[in-house]
Amino acid sequence: MKNYICYSINNTLNQFNMADTEKLVEQLVTQHGKTRNSLLPVLQGVVREEHFLSDTAMIAIAKALNLSSADVYGTASFYTFLETEPRGENIIRVCKTITCKMKGKQQVIEAIENHLKIKEGETTRNKKFTLLAANCLGWCHKGPVMLVNDDVYPHVAPDQIVDILDKYC
Amino acid sequence: MKSKKLQRVDFIFDCAGCEPIEVVKKALKMSREEVVSSIIESGLKGRGGAGFPTGMKWKFAKDEVADTKYVICNADEGEPGTFKDREILDVVPNKVLSGMAICAYAIGSKEGIIYLRGEYNFLLPKLNGQIDEFNNNLSKIGLDFAVSIRSGSGAYICGEETALFESMEGRRGEPRNKPPFPTKSGYNGKPTVINNVETLVYTAMIINMGVEEFKAVGTMDSRGSKVFSVSGDTPKAGIHELELGLNVADFVEEFGDGDTKAVQVGGASGHCVPRKLFKETIIGFEGIPTGGSMMIFNSTRSMFNVLNDYLEFFAEESCGQCTPCRIGTQQLIKGVEQVKRGEMQSEYLDQLIKLTETMKIASKCGLGQSVANSFSSIVTNFREEMIY
Ligand SMILES: Cc1cc2nc3c(=O)[nH]c(=O)nc-3n(C[C@H](O)[C@H](O)[C@H](O)COP(=O)(O)O)c2cc1C
Ligand code: SF4
Ligand code: FES
Repeated sequence: MKNYICYSINNTLNQFNMADTEKLVEQLVTQHGKTRNSLLPVLQGVVREEHFLSDTAMIAIAKALNLSSADVYGTASFYTFLETEPRGENIIRVCKTITCKMKGKQQVIEAIENHLKIKEGETTRNKKFTLLAANCLGWCHKGPVMLVNDDVYPHVAPDQIVDILDKYC
Repeated sequence: MKSKKLQRVDFIFDCAGCEPIEVVKKALKMSREEVVSSIIESGLKGRGGAGFPTGMKWKFAKDEVADTKYVICNADEGEPGTFKDREILDVVPNKVLSGMAICAYAIGSKEGIIYLRGEYNFLLPKLNGQIDEFNNNLSKIGLDFAVSIRSGSGAYICGEETALFESMEGRRGEPRNKPPFPTKSGYNGKPTVINNVETLVYTAMIINMGVEEFKAVGTMDSRGSKVFSVSGDTPKAGIHELELGLNVADFVEEFGDGDTKAVQVGGASGHCVPRKLFKETIIGFEGIPTGGSMMIFNSTRSMFNVLNDYLEFFAEESCGQCTPCRIGTQQLIKGVEQVKRGEMQSEYLDQLIKLTETMKIASKCGLGQSVANSFSSIVTNFREEMIY
């Protein structure tokens, strides 16, 4: 039952209360400065803590930086890493570009899908993991490669997946 | 055209005889004009893909009168098949920082920023420490310049210089019209020099070893060496610094697996060179310029799949701002698939090539403009693979 926690259904994760989110935004704006130039660092800071940008967060950011919330959403939605949909605590990105395709990225994706019982693009029910495909990650000489959050796994083999993902449970 | 023999060079990663902060000191002993003219004389061209003469860029920025100027290091490295900037920043970050400092002295800038792609965030803890230390050393030697770092958020288009400024200003990464060029109006509307990671290291090396030693390497049109990212069907995948001006045949001889069918020079936005053109194709500004991505394909690979992969990449990464690129990339995917399924005659491929030519003329930035490179080189040279 090594992976019990990976499968357990616990929907309390990933739920942030409004006051906490607003406090986080306030902290980030103080840290990065109250100008539009700080918008990306602030958005990135919220995603780091809460894994996605909730409406609450975007409205709070808009207020703090004196922008319209449509402007904040419009900017965030441009960037792949600034998620506006709820995501898991850990984001797995497998490179799908040509060299990694040639080196077996598909087998890696299937190993992850089998282990987590989700498909590419989905999030586990306990909100622990989201599995995404990404464009070239800059490790083509060591493909296939995947990122889990900021951590890089070059030359990743399907039979290493269980051990790697366990580290994040 | 005569090509150079394959020659390994070690300017970038070798640290013997090069203490980065000492190189900055050496530059500070020169006049600002001397620094700029050294870089101009060296013939160094940008290593980020576009190949603009670096010294001229610095001169334009130096000649601008402004209260604030910026030096930006473009570390957004997103071209498929490129991974050398990551390695440079990981292994010799101080050389990059000294290139930025030398540029700052030359153009009169107090603020430098590294724009690092989000996929390379794992470098941040180490890099932040090294930047702090370097900034300290700069103030000790009396240069009023400090570098900070900004992260990207997973958008290839933000590597385009004006999209990168938009992103740093808190906006969608949509390229601007040029002119005005960054040296006149860049980040925050101020004169800005933006250079690739590798370009900045070469500027420091030119100051360190002198113009003549640098110029002795490479060819008339392509001075110096280049860091290549080699991947695909090769037993020698990795990062290799080579003298510019070699031909693809010699490259394949060294890096191929004995069965090389094609080399994609310059990533998805570069050109595909088929076996029959290996000998006559020179890697450099007189032939095919490259940001360093060299993807090798052997005879087991389907060039249809390769092209399709590049097209999907462009369609996903297009910022969508201008119609020729937004719609064009999607139509190209549809078109090649229709031909492959036999729903369209093979002549339709010529229509599609025409479409990429239109995109080249009508697109706003390098992304839409360069789709024609890989599209026509693959479709022309591997036409039968597109059809059957
Ligand atoms: C779609 C697109 C993506 C680009 N990506 C990068 C990149 O990741 N890194 C880079 O240095 N230059 C990139 N460039 C080129 C930059 O716009 C710019 O020319 C370059 O940073 C200038 O530096 P250099 O003269 O030292 O090469 C890109 C250009 C385009 C059109
Ligand atoms: S060419 Fe493509 S990427 Fe460039 S501005 Fe137009 S839509 Fe955006
Ligand atoms: S193709 Fe996968 S990391 Fe570049």
